[in-house]
Amino acid sequence: MGGYAAFIWPAFALTAVIMVGLAVSSLRELRAQQKTLRDLEAESPRRRRRAAAKDDRP
Amino acid sequence: MHRFANPGRFLRLAEAILPWCVGVSAVSIAVGLYLALFVAPADYQQSESVRIMYVHVPSAWMALFVYTNIAVASAVALIWRHPLADLAAKASSPVGAGFTFLALVTGSLWGKPMWGTWWVWDARLTSVLILFFLYLGHMALMNAFDDPARGRKAAAVLALVGFVNVPIIKFSVDWWNTLHQPSSLLRAEGPSIHPDMLWPLLLMGLGFTFYYVSLLLVRMKSELLAARIRALHRLAMERPANDPGARAAPAGSGVSSEKIDLDHSGGQEIG
Amino acid sequence: MTAFYGILARDLRLALRQWMDAGLVILFFLVCAALFPFAVGPEPNLLARIAPGIIAVSALLAVLLSLERLFLADYEDGNLELIALSPAPLELVVLAKVVAHWSTTGLPLLLATPLIALLYNMPADGLPVLLVVMALGTPTLSLIGAIGAALTLGARRGGVLIPLLVLPLWISVLIFMVGAIDAELAGLSARPHVLFLGAFLLAALPLAPWASAAALRQALE
Repeated sequence: MGGYAAFIWPAFALTAVIMVGLAVSSLRELRAQQKTLRDLEAESPRRRRRAAAKDDRP
Repeated sequence: MHRFANPGRFLRLAEAILPWCVGVSAVSIAVGLYLALFVAPADYQQSESVRIMYVHVPSAWMALFVYTNIAVASAVALIWRHPLADLAAKASSPVGAGFTFLALVTGSLWGKPMWGTWWVWDARLTSVLILFFLYLGHMALMNAFDDPARGRKAAAVLALVGFVNVPIIKFSVDWWNTLHQPSSLLRAEGPSIHPDMLWPLLLMGLGFTFYYVSLLLVRMKSELLAARIRALHRLAMERPANDPGARAAPAGSGVSSEKIDLDHSGGQEIG
Repeated sequence: MTAFYGILARDLRLALRQWMDAGLVILFFLVCAALFPFAVGPEPNLLARIAPGIIAVSALLAVLLSLERLFLADYEDGNLELIALSPAPLELVVLAKVVAHWSTTGLPLLLATPLIALLYNMPADGLPVLLVVMALGTPTLSLIGAIGAALTLGARRGGVLIPLLVLPLWISVLIFMVGAIDAELAGLSARPHVLFLGAFLLAALPLAPWASAAALRQALE
């Protein structure tokens, strides 16, 4: 890398770390919310059926 | 725009296009990286260190693009009260802050071998640093309220004020810099960009953009689910105590302006 | 307009009852400016060189500290809601409060400025421009600061949040304040900088109350 490797690789590595990190954290948050919602809806099936029915209206 | 105000419809749309966004992003970045690191030529003046450009410039593009999106979304949220717009702003902010940080740090890593210094208070660097502070302030304000809806609205006002201010800062720092620190070092342009360098750059830019859209969709989904959960908790609290399906209500923000509901038609304000 | 004068008179009366608040602002200004000679050494030429910057930054910080009380007291005891319900436009109310705030913050700072210039051995021919710059700059700081104060009403750690929000917005004002004085001391014309400061003030006069009123309405919902 023309002697600049000590600058080039950290730049690309940091970019990868931040971008992957943001993606992982976003997905984790989504999974956690999905799980909480599933648990909540499992407790009250009536609500889930009604909610699902209403959601499908145009 | 208002057709997608219904959270359910938005979620279905997001579900449909997310795989494509992720795919385009992954392919663009993969090809772009390969070209950037191994195929693109070294620069006549800057030798191999010019490769940093392929992450630095797209990051900077994204930093500004995301902030513009946040400003537009904030305006839509405040003017038309579109229920998803301020969620979009909330979801975008950390991603934009991340790209701004990357622009600054990769810029330093490029600057040290090229200009001999990690940092210089030139107009562009300084205004990007201020942009970074604006992002941080936006996120801090958003999270400073117990009521999420209040936080999003306050942050929307801040985003618009900041958006007006960014060109002013850029301009005034330009002026300041010219008067006090005439800078001669910062012309990294050289010859106008060659296709062998342009293509990797554009591919990385495209990849980063679809990456942002993908994350935006994922994060907005999370926000919508969180709002649904809050609504369910609130309904559980309101139910009579002897209902066997009732769940003990968590302590926390009881009275708030959140108004999402699953049992009526959509398009209302989302808590 | 009666509403404007009414709010202005009320806020000034309240501020004068606690005149120590304004006194503390000046005291902070002096103490902050007094710290730097300990930090950078008392060499007169160095101090003269950095005087405009130190004065401007110390003034910024002093105004910053006083911003929280712009709306907070009225918000907490419910007066703000009553005021918002009155027929007077909220923007005008904000403007009146900012004028009162400046009278008890920016104006005292303006009066204390020559003392600091003296302590820093700043050349005397910079003094008129320094005063003009403070007179034009501090109202703008109060106006922009009002937006930050309004946005953080009811926030957790609102007091700590205000600097983070307001300082980036103040940077342009700071640049031209210092630029004007440096230009004058270097023998160049301070006019362009002063004109920009005037432009910022003129722009902030309608826009800041508008944004602050929008933020206040959110806080009162």
